Amino acid sequence: MAYSVDPPPADTAAAPAIPETDAGEGIWTHKLNLWYGAFQALRDVSVHFRRGLITGLIGPSGCGKTTLLRCFNRINERYPGVRTAGEIRILGKNIYDPDVSLVELRKAVGMVFQRPNPLPLSVYENVVFGLRTHTPRSELTRRLLDDEVERALTEVGLWHHLKDRLGARATSLQLEQQQKLCIARLLPLKPDIILMDEPCSALDVEGTRAIEELMFQLRGRYTIVIVTHNMAQARRTSDECLFMLLGEMVEHARTADLFLNPRDSRTAEYIEGRYG
Amino acid sequence: MAPNSSNGAVAPPRQARSRRSVWGERAIELLIYASGVSAIVFILAILFFILREAAPVLFSDRFSLTQFLFSTEWYPTSASNVRYGTLALSAGTLAVTVLAMVLAVPFGLGGAVFLSQFCGPRLRESLKIIIELLAAIPSVVWGFIGLTVMSRLIVTYTGAPVGVNVLNGGIILALMSVPIIVSIGEDALKAVPDSYIEAATAMGATRWQLVFRVLLPAARNGLLAAVLLGVGRAIGETMAVLMATGHAVQIPHGILDSVRTLTANIAAELGEAPAGSEHYQVLFLTGVLLFAITMLVNLAADLIIRGVRARK
Repeated sequence: MAYSVDPPPADTAAAPAIPETDAGEGIWTHKLNLWYGAFQALRDVSVHFRRGLITGLIGPSGCGKTTLLRCFNRINERYPGVRTAGEIRILGKNIYDPDVSLVELRKAVGMVFQRPNPLPLSVYENVVFGLRTHTPRSELTRRLLDDEVERALTEVGLWHHLKDRLGARATSLQLEQQQKLCIARLLPLKPDIILMDEPCSALDVEGTRAIEELMFQLRGRYTIVIVTHNMAQARRTSDECLFMLLGEMVEHARTADLFLNPRDSRTAEYIEGRYG
Repeated sequence: MAPNSSNGAVAPPRQARSRRSVWGERAIELLIYASGVSAIVFILAILFFILREAAPVLFSDRFSLTQFLFSTEWYPTSASNVRYGTLALSAGTLAVTVLAMVLAVPFGLGGAVFLSQFCGPRLRESLKIIIELLAAIPSVVWGFIGLTVMSRLIVTYTGAPVGVNVLNGGIILALMSVPIIVSIGEDALKAVPDSYIEAATAMGATRWQLVFRVLLPAARNGLLAAVLLGVGRAIGETMAVLMATGHAVQIPHGILDSVRTLTANIAAELGEAPAGSEHYQVLFLTGVLLFAITMLVNLAADLIIRGVRARK
């Protein structure tokens, strides 16, 4: 390993329990561990993602940042052999409680993927897919759906471009538009949290800029967690940053502090580009 | 100067390859080309052969194409008045095929969806092996089952006077088509990009919503191909329907009527018809008719798929 091995900072070792009063705010994790078969991908991650902020997850490949992100809507469980221990509290509820409905959880926690993945349907149907999934058919009037489509596409800045092409196949759009559409389709469900897994890695400079601007617009209303390999992007876009290494949370701080005055030497070396 | 080059010039890289390997590659290219083109050659050759055998009767005065296509009277060996009408045979083929598809498509697609989405990897592997085994059972064995087992069951449970009929043939053909539909359908469902499945799952779709809203639409073309291969198998199947449908030339009025199919008719009569006789030639013409029907089915499928694409 290229970095010096320091003892873990005290604040991660003795993780504070999740306060009950404040538990509805953002995402809390407490001693979260995750194994893919015999491989442990997350080790005692205890962290609080604050509501309404954009939190960047950074760290070298394989550090567990995407795994952590994929815990928050429990989509990790698609893979066989995934085992989780610990607690994640979203909207005041431990999402690993047996009475939690995955459908409801995923309604509240939207996700944007690395490669834009609109469904092979029309633009319109992509935007209302969530509504059709979560609402009984009798409650969905044409009017309601039309309004939701206009509102969601306006919010992501696509309405102007696509209002005459709502029937076009979503997979035929430009990548940047596809990714915006993937964000737009989350909005009609009024999620509290939006997870973004390297949302700009398939896009060019302009597309990246557009998505980042969109993130700023959504900031405040949604709790956004973004995984990124791009340090400059983390610095540009996030309010707080979380540095992870080998499945552990190393440092969590305001982005400016983390980049200017990292407390942990491993963070400092990663930011300087000594490894990763 | 390259030290190992005899004339002192730097050897271009192409010369490094021996003449033999160049010719070898050309030969392989030619071979691949030939195998690609051979499909066209074969199909034209088959069409030519059956047309050549059937052609004389088409131009004979004693034969009417209208009667051939639209008459239900099939009396090829009548001493006084020979009539070659294949409408009843076409109706038989249609009845058995439609019934087989009505039974096989839901089971086949259901099986494909189950294999791809609802069962564990262990069960999937064993089921696939068994389904492939099912596809490998010779058609004469299916016909035998139809003739003995199925026929008795049908008589017992429906009260039909004869157990070999449209229902029997349809069930047997369905059993033969299901494995094809399942295995090709499962391939089509497996080919749906995982990103679609992940997107829908992340939006909170349940497994059934995933199947109906994402998987089936996304795999539509492949599933249609699976169904059509099943249809093709059902139309073309000969031995099993020969044994299971009762061999009666009539337009069926219900699924408990016996029928004869185009294929079964050829198989049963070609051996008795003297080579080159009118009867023989008409049987070949029936072959041309079958050929045309399968072509139409495939063409229709192609157009449907194109239409589906164009609408997107």
